[in-house]
Amino acid sequence: MDETKHRQHLHQAAIGERFLIEQVDIRGEHKRRLLDLGFVPGSVIEVLKASPLGDPTSYRVAGTVIALRKEESQLIWGKVISS
Amino acid sequence: MRTYTVALAGNPNTGKSTLFNALTGLKQHTGNWSGKTVSLASGHYEYKDARFQFIDLPGTYSLFSNSADEEVARDYIIFEKPDVTLLVLDATALERSLNLALQVLEMTDRVIVCLNLMDEAKKKGIQVNARKLADQLGVPVIPISARNNEGLDVLSEQLLLMSTGQTPTKPYRMKYNEQLEAQISGLESQLRDIVGDEYPARWLAIRFLDGDRKLIATLKERLKAADKGGISLGTAKALGSSNSGHSF
Amino acid sequence: MEQLKRLEALTAAIPSDQVEDVREDIVGELFKKSRELCSDAVTVTNRELLYRSERLDRIFTSKLWGFPIMLAMLGVIFYLTIAGANVPSSMLASFFGWVEGYLTLAFQAIHAPDWLHGVLILGLFRGTAWVVSVMLPPMAIFFPAFALLENYGYLPRVAFNLDRLFKKTGAHGKQSLTMAMGFGCNAAAIMSTRIIESPRERMLAILTNNFVPCNGRWPTLILLASLFMAAGFSGGAQTFVTASVVMGMVLIGVVVTLTVSWGLSKTALKGVPSHYTLELPPYRKPKILNTILRSTLDKTIYVLRRAIIVAAPAGVLTWILANIYVGDSSILIHFVSFLDPFARALGLDGFILMAFIIGLPANEIVLPILLMGYLATGSLTEVEDMFALKQIFLDQGWTWLTALNMMLFSLLHYPCGTTLVNIWKETKSAKWTFLSFAIPTAIAIGVTFLVAQAARALGWV
Repeated sequence: MDETKHRQHLHQAAIGERFLIEQVDIRGEHKRRLLDLGFVPGSVIEVLKASPLGDPTSYRVAGTVIALRKEESQLIWGKVISS
Repeated sequence: MRTYTVALAGNPNTGKSTLFNALTGLKQHTGNWSGKTVSLASGHYEYKDARFQFIDLPGTYSLFSNSADEEVARDYIIFEKPDVTLLVLDATALERSLNLALQVLEMTDRVIVCLNLMDEAKKKGIQVNARKLADQLGVPVIPISARNNEGLDVLSEQLLLMSTGQTPTKPYRMKYNEQLEAQISGLESQLRDIVGDEYPARWLAIRFLDGDRKLIATLKERLKAADKGGISLGTAKALGSSNSGHSF
Repeated sequence: MEQLKRLEALTAAIPSDQVEDVREDIVGELFKKSRELCSDAVTVTNRELLYRSERLDRIFTSKLWGFPIMLAMLGVIFYLTIAGANVPSSMLASFFGWVEGYLTLAFQAIHAPDWLHGVLILGLFRGTAWVVSVMLPPMAIFFPAFALLENYGYLPRVAFNLDRLFKKTGAHGKQSLTMAMGFGCNAAAIMSTRIIESPRERMLAILTNNFVPCNGRWPTLILLASLFMAAGFSGGAQTFVTASVVMGMVLIGVVVTLTVSWGLSKTALKGVPSHYTLELPPYRKPKILNTILRSTLDKTIYVLRRAIIVAAPAGVLTWILANIYVGDSSILIHFVSFLDPFARALGLDGFILMAFIIGLPANEIVLPILLMGYLATGSLTEVEDMFALKQIFLDQGWTWLTALNMMLFSLLHYPCGTTLVNIWKETKSAKWTFLSFAIPTAIAIGVTFLVAQAARALGWV
């Protein structure tokens, strides 16, 4: 776990950035649903837009647009990659 | 006139119900949210000298045991063995739709893939090479637009050809990473000994590794019933499907 | 048997702790292959076209425009419904009046007894006709408009915009979608709560759904708003003020929904927000004509069926109660007098409460029953125009407070019969069905009581 300092979670990614998923730190049914939608290690997702009230944020994943609350996006780890 | 069963599978909101209505002429409410249909709708239509009985399976993202919808869809394809499984994919969201397609190809040989919402794809400037996709997947791939009734004749023709065994398919079998594959082959041969040709052994092995308790329980029940010489209870019985086996 | 034993052995041999990783691997590989297939077979010819929906979302869900657009959409639908329903309603009323004339002649021709004419024509036919002429036009406009919005794909954006509010109250973001359904019909909205998987959050959606006024209550709200609140205006301005008042009521309903959800989340339905994903599908231009025709047809049939099944018996019942005498007044009057003291405390009167009680089966019949009651003979006299209608209310001692409180009571009170049945079917629990009846009623009583007392104490009435 030495690399925690360099790890980022999805909620930290800014609008317009692309994010490569490395780890999904959620458990159980919730995780399985996210996996099925494309939030899986190896996928690159694009941060699209935040709700006018600040949360949730919409992401482009597997060619579709899915919105996640920060409680979830804070548990998806990986890194921002250059567009 | 022979009757063939066709199971309609696909992600939620891919226009599966629209296709179902277009083919069978039945009314089913369509909205833009997922999870609206829970029970299985069935309908039929006649084409040339065949009668197709359609079962509209619940829209699902996968065929694991994540939810009752998935179990129902999965159980139907594996245990009721429809003559054809018609996969409805969203041409504008192929990356996600193909996930389900790859899973279905592990379960049955007799698959036809429909690329629905081709009109929407065109509006978005998306071009899909159906031919290439068919080559890669090893099954027929037919572009359609259920909403505009386009491509349905070609689809019907393909349904007939496949139902009457005139379309040999070589479905792509998903290959996983080395570690998983090693575990799979071990289980696969043992499972084949147990179930023989009745169910796809490789797919079962993957389900075992995935810890799919519900499926295993259902499988046990089926074996018990078969043991006692009973007939498996399933919607297929009520709809009079032809229960042709397939080899794996 | 041998097979089963071997199967058991195999099952036991699989280590259960690795299962989560296996699933992650499987799905990861599936998507990897899927991406490969796509890069091979799919080409994007125009990035601009591809991201059109996302560009639209930058407006529809923007910090500046997101909420104003939502309110505007709601306002426009209300305005269209109110403005568009006026003429058809009067036309239908005239038509039914004409039919009634012939029926009455027929009854006279066969020398039918008065009471039979009363029950069947003045009670059953008139009651049903009133409901159809008042209910059908608004529904025939609202539902197609709503269906167009739904098919276009706008509704998930509403859920997206409002989600934070729902999360704060412990509810699920999709509750906003079930509330949107509630505008059409609360009973149908209860069925739609299936889109919320978590049982706790689903229950919240079910228990609070009634605070969104269904189509059955719109005519009541619209009528009272235009007669009492928009009285000083005319023409387009009057429609605008009426629409604003109705919107105001709806917003009150939304606030109550959020408050009650919050309260329940802290007490009877304690729990943490469940997992949440919301898909924002691409905007799709709906088949306009098709959607409108299909929707209008469905709704027409639905309203006619409901009118016959619910309004007809209610009309008969009201006429009977109003025309059977015990002592020196009818059963209806006895009932009304009994309710009156309590009703006055709520800023209402005995007739109004009676109408709500008999109107339990369906909200559409509350107003007709009220009018029947007021007209003392227990039948709806031909009401030529709005002034005559307002005069009936004024003659009974109505003030703006009465109108306001009747609107509030209509907004907040217990669900209609069909909705309660659906709640029972979906929850399979007597306790929760009872609560879905009790909570709104308690709130309706509480709010109207407070408003009445406050208005009187402040000398506003």
